[in-house]
This record gives sequence, C-alpha cells and structure tokens, in this order.
Amino acid sequence: MAARSSRRKFLRKLATGLPALAAGGALAHTGVLLAKGKKGAGDFPGDAAVWRSKFLDQARAEKAGTAVVDIIDAPVRPTDIPMVMDISRGHIALAGPTAEVAIRPAAVIRMQEELQRAMEKPIDQRKWIMVIDLQKCVGCSACTIACKAENRTPPGVVYNPVIEEEVGEYPNVRRRFLPRPCQQCDDPPCTDVCPVNATWKREDGIVVIDYNACIGCRYCLTACPYGARYFDFGEDYTDGTPEKQEYEKAHSFEYGRAWRRDGDGSPVGNARKCQFCIHRLEAGMLPACVATCIGGAMHFGDSNDPDSLVSELKASPRVMRLKEEQGTNPKVHYLV
Amino acid sequence: MRVEISQKNLAIPLGIVWLAALAVGLVGVSQRLLSGHELANYTSSIPWGLWVAAYVYFVGLSAGSFLLSALIYVFGLKRLEPIGKLALFTALVSLLAALLTIWLDIGHMERFYYVFTRGNSVSMMAWMVWLYTAYFIVLSIEFWFAIRADLVETAPEPGMKGRLACLLLGRFGRAFGPSPLIARSEPHNREADMRVVRVLGAIGVPLAIAFHGGVGALFGVVGARGFWNAPLYPLLFIVGALVSGGGLLTFITAFFLPNRGSKEHRDMVTYLGQITLGLLAVYLIMVWAEFSITWYADIPAESKPLYQVLGGPYPWVFWVFQVALGAVVPIAMMTMRPRSVFWVGTAAFLIAACFLATRLNIVIPGLIEPQLKGLDTAYTDSRLSYDYFPSLMEWLVLIFIGAFASGLFYAGFRSLPLVGGRKEVQS
Repeated sequence: MAARSSRRKFLRKLATGLPALAAGGALAHTGVLLAKGKKGAGDFPGDAAVWRSKFLDQARAEKAGTAVVDIIDAPVRPTDIPMVMDISRGHIALAGPTAEVAIRPAAVIRMQEELQRAMEKPIDQRKWIMVIDLQKCVGCSACTIACKAENRTPPGVVYNPVIEEEVGEYPNVRRRFLPRPCQQCDDPPCTDVCPVNATWKREDGIVVIDYNACIGCRYCLTACPYGARYFDFGEDYTDGTPEKQEYEKAHSFEYGRAWRRDGDGSPVGNARKCQFCIHRLEAGMLPACVATCIGGAMHFGDSNDPDSLVSELKASPRVMRLKEEQGTNPKVHYLV
Repeated sequence: MRVEISQKNLAIPLGIVWLAALAVGLVGVSQRLLSGHELANYTSSIPWGLWVAAYVYFVGLSAGSFLLSALIYVFGLKRLEPIGKLALFTALVSLLAALLTIWLDIGHMERFYYVFTRGNSVSMMAWMVWLYTAYFIVLSIEFWFAIRADLVETAPEPGMKGRLACLLLGRFGRAFGPSPLIARSEPHNREADMRVVRVLGAIGVPLAIAFHGGVGALFGVVGARGFWNAPLYPLLFIVGALVSGGGLLTFITAFFLPNRGSKEHRDMVTYLGQITLGLLAVYLIMVWAEFSITWYADIPAESKPLYQVLGGPYPWVFWVFQVALGAVVPIAMMTMRPRSVFWVGTAAFLIAACFLATRLNIVIPGLIEPQLKGLDTAYTDSRLSYDYFPSLMEWLVLIFIGAFASGLFYAGFRSLPLVGGRKEVQS
C-alpha cells in the first residue's frame, strides 16, 4: 500500500509539473486515469470525484486488477492529453500527441522504486550506473539546468553539459546530442593523481570529492579524459550587480552537507564534479538530471540489481561508452 | 669586440627597474590574495597556466643549478669550484621562487600542508612535493656547510656582512649586539665541512633527479592528455633543467663574479658556456624526437596540440622565444664568440630566460584540445574556454616572483660569502 501511495503522490507531482499542458486551454479536470491492465482515457470535465468513482467502478466491473487511479487537476488543452493504452511491468503505453512525453512517468516511477529498493541494501552492494538513450535525447539541456539548480553551481561549473553535433551534409543533415555527466569511472584516472586523497571512488562506485580536503591544485581536472571536473573560481552570476540573489545565497546539499558559497571557503577554490546527486539518492530521489529529462533519455539505477531498468538497458546491443581505449571503465552507458 | 659592463653605471637603473617590478608585482599579489582566482585567466578547460609553467621553470632552474654544483662537490670538477656555493645558492633561491609560485596557484593556500598530513602515495604530485621537501632540506644543510667556513672568516668583519654571518652561525649576541664586533678570525675545519657537503651532495643528486624527473612524470602519467603522455617526459625535464640551470649559472658567472676581466674568469665562462651549449644540443635532439614522431604518427590527441604549438594562436612563443631567442641566437653567439664573456653570458641569459617559453609550451598545449569533440561549444562560459592567455594579474604575480627571486639572490650575493678571493679547498 505504501508503495502504491508513494507512486500516486509521485505521479501527481510529476503530472502537475508538466508546464506545457497548462498553456491557455479550457478549464477541465485532467491528467491520467490509470488502472492496471486497463486502457484509460484523458480529460475529465466536471467533478473529479465523480470521474474517479466511475472509473473505479468500471475497473472493478471489468476485473482489471488492482487499480491505480488518479485525476490530476490542471488546466490543459484536451488535445494534449495522452491516452493510456496499456499498463504492464511498470510501463505505461500511451497514445496521443504527447505520448513520448507521457511515457516517461512509468520509467521514472520504476527507477524511483528501484532506487529506493537499492538504498535499503548496504552501500557496497549497490553499483550506480546511468544509461543515456541518445535517440531519445532532444537536446533541450533541461538536465544541464536542473543540475545547475540542484547543485547551485556557479558560472563555469557545469556538471552535465549537452554536447551538440551537426552531422551530414544538406539535405541529409542531423543534429545529435550527448549529455555528459561525470562518467563515474570504475578505474578513475582523476583520483590517483590527487596529492591529498581528497577524491576517491565510493563503494557504490560514485567518485566523490571531499571539499574540505581539496587543496585546489587542479591536477584532477587535467587527468579527467572527459573534462568532467571543474574549478570553482569563486564567481557569481550576479558579479558586477548590487547584490547577490537568493539563489546564490542558498545552500547546496552536495554530499549531504549544506554548503554556501561565501568568500573563499569551500567549495570555492575546489575541484567540483557531478556526484550523481548523492544527497537526492539518500532522500530516495533520482538524480536531478534523470528526474527532469523530458525525453526520457536518462536512466539511472543499480546495475547489481538484475531486475533494474538500467540492467536491462545495459544489455542492449546499442550500448557504447566514451573513450573505452582509456581503460577507465565508465559507468555511464550510452545507447546509440 | 669587448664590452665593458660597469656595475656602477647599471646599479641605479637596475635598482629602479627592480623597485618598479616589486611594486607592480605586489599589486598583483594583493589582487590574488584579495580576490582569489577570479582575476586569473585559466579556466576549468585549461586549468593550469602561467604560474604552473613558471613553477616548473623555477624548479628546473633549481634542479639544474644543483646538479651542476654536484659536478664540483660530488664529482670533484675543480675547474668550477669558485662557483660551487653560488650554484647552491641559485638552486635555493630558484626553489623558493618555485614554491612561492605554486603556493599562490593552489585554490586553498592554507591547506598546502595536507600533502604531508594526508598525502596520496600513488600521486606523482605528492611524490614531487615530498621529494622536493627532502631536496630542500638537503640543499639547505649542504649550502650551510658549504659556506660555514667562509662565514666564520666573514664573521669578524664590520657591517652587515659580518652581522649576517654571526646570525647564521648562531652567534646572536654578536649579530645583534653593539659594535664593534670581535675582530678575530676563529680557526675552522673547512675540510670536515667539505666532506659533509660531498655526502649531502651525493644524497642530493638522486633527489634532484628524482624530483625533477618526477615533475616530468607528473605530466607524463596523465593518460588523458596525449601531448604529455610520453615516456620521454621525465628525461626531457631533467635535461631541460640542466640546460636552463646551466644557462643561469653561466650568466651569473659571466656578469657577477668579482674576478671579471681575468683569464680565469674568461676560462670559466667559456667552459660553462660549452657545457650549456652541449646540454642544449642534447635537449634539442630530444625535442626533435618528441615532435617529429608525434608529427609523423599524426594521432590527433598528440599531434593537434603540437600543431597548436607550431601554428596555433600564439606561434611566436615557439618560433620567437623557444627557437630563435632560446636556441638559434644563443647557439650562434656561443659558437661565433666562444671566448667573449659578454656574448657567452648574454647567450646563456637568453637560454635561461627563454626556457620559460619552453615550459609554457609544455603546460598549455597539453590542455588545449577539448577532451571530447564538441565539448568546447557544449556550454558557453569564459571559464570553460579552451583559449588561454595569462591575465594582467597573473603576469604581475610572476613579476613579483621574479623581483623576489632576483632581490633575494642579490641580497645573498652581496651579504653572504658566496664568491670571492678566498682559497677554495682542494678536495
């Protein structure tokens, strides 16, 4: 029951966050009505409670199994609402103009549940990996921005940029995108070079930095084959303006501690990097980039769990990793 | 042609230049201390810049000078004995300049000692620090033993020189006490001191080779940077140190030794010039090996930085400073006028000074290629730029280091018994 309740809460939170749907449509109760094994529909004008009750009755009558039913109130254009086609194994298949977008919640829900399951294990039994489906990446850079907001990174510190490339010649031209978080190498070349043991690979595979130990020599920045480490120069977005803004005064919670960039104290003067949002993992949440990815391209989970989504995806013949020749064994996999 | 350099004529303008350098340098240092790294131009993409290159340059001068001093104290090369102490002092001053430079470069200056309290035994940088700390200790003690006998002889002299000698000898009463100082020379066992110097020098040689080879290895082990990742690097750094250190010593010998004008002086400058020239030739062969093989194989990770050196945004660093002023001109000067103190000294100065360009062309080009294709345009920010030219603040700090080092050297040269007519021990 608890799992179902958290799933419903999450679904509600997620659906209300779909900003595109809220743009100037007629008022209606809308969202997703789901029942396991049952095909559902989209918009629900009138009283939401009546709709919910009707749907539940119908699901029971059709013996559709345990129903997961919800209506999310948000003003939308009816044409934007996806149709629920199928629910199985945690996937929700949808049809409609926003089908690609709306398919996402199920994968996210599944990854979220897997994450919570993994967090119950001892740290040395988890192995976090990321699988990024490049065919689903639309190059929106939402992951880049979500990461910057989550970790409150200053100008020039960008844990997860999206590399854009134009390939081919007119008329056969395509753009392709490659989000580049820290590759969390299994054999990280950045940790050995650190003169003060300020960076290391944790038991769960995440490469971390102890901000209070880092002397800021920047050797690790030179040693990373992926350019995934950054130096905090102490700059702010509001430099040259009368005052710092609230978002710059706020704490970031990297490594589960509250950091405020003030003066020359850490993390100013330190090397910084993506750490798979450890502080979010510990709160049972997916990394910010994964949670925000509108294309459903980013996947995160425990590769020690054979039933996890990432374990399934990792077995795909489309998998490749960056710069394999460096022998770094990255834990970020790309589906090409 | 014989050019006379009059110290008196140059003293005032050089003094003014030095004071001006110190003043503007202090502006840079205060900017660095007050605003951290904000005014520096290095980026997260090119995280090491002028200061790291200067650091490598200064430690190279130190290791080179020290290894040349070892020719005298360890390998018994008597011809060079008059500059033994000078070489050790040069090594000491260069090392201090290097340490000051790299200290100002790190993000948390207050944590520098972490390398000792929580050092990483698999980090080349940690090993480099440990080795140059050991080297610093050995060098300091060796230097003290090398000049102790002369300090004892200098101690009775009136004025600052005598007081400083007393201070260094631990005779604080005489160092700070009222004059007149006791004008009595105490007998001292110079031979015993020189035996200690020889032992310490023998310990220092492998240390200097290890720590400067370690600097080369620090770059060489970085597999992510094809330009650096070459087994030749430790050797290249050791030979480079000898070239730049040799150049500096030749320059100092040519223009600072008191016996200028004598045949002995000219012989010594000629000899040192030849050593430097020979070392430079070896260095150039090694650079040729490195560059030609990289060019021929043309593997982008390695060859692209090379093309940046030869024809990137700042090709003059290579062609003007490294090739023309750092090699062709001094080689021409030294071969055409091998017996001219002025020409050899000037050529040696060019070799030593232009070696900074060589160091820059190791550090910066190694970082200039984006690690992944398109990473340079993935996110636009000045701190992610792959184009680097040192900022004014960076130059000012370097000018301060230069003023600090030259001032310290000159102060030591004037107040310590580094050179002079005293009899050197024949060991």
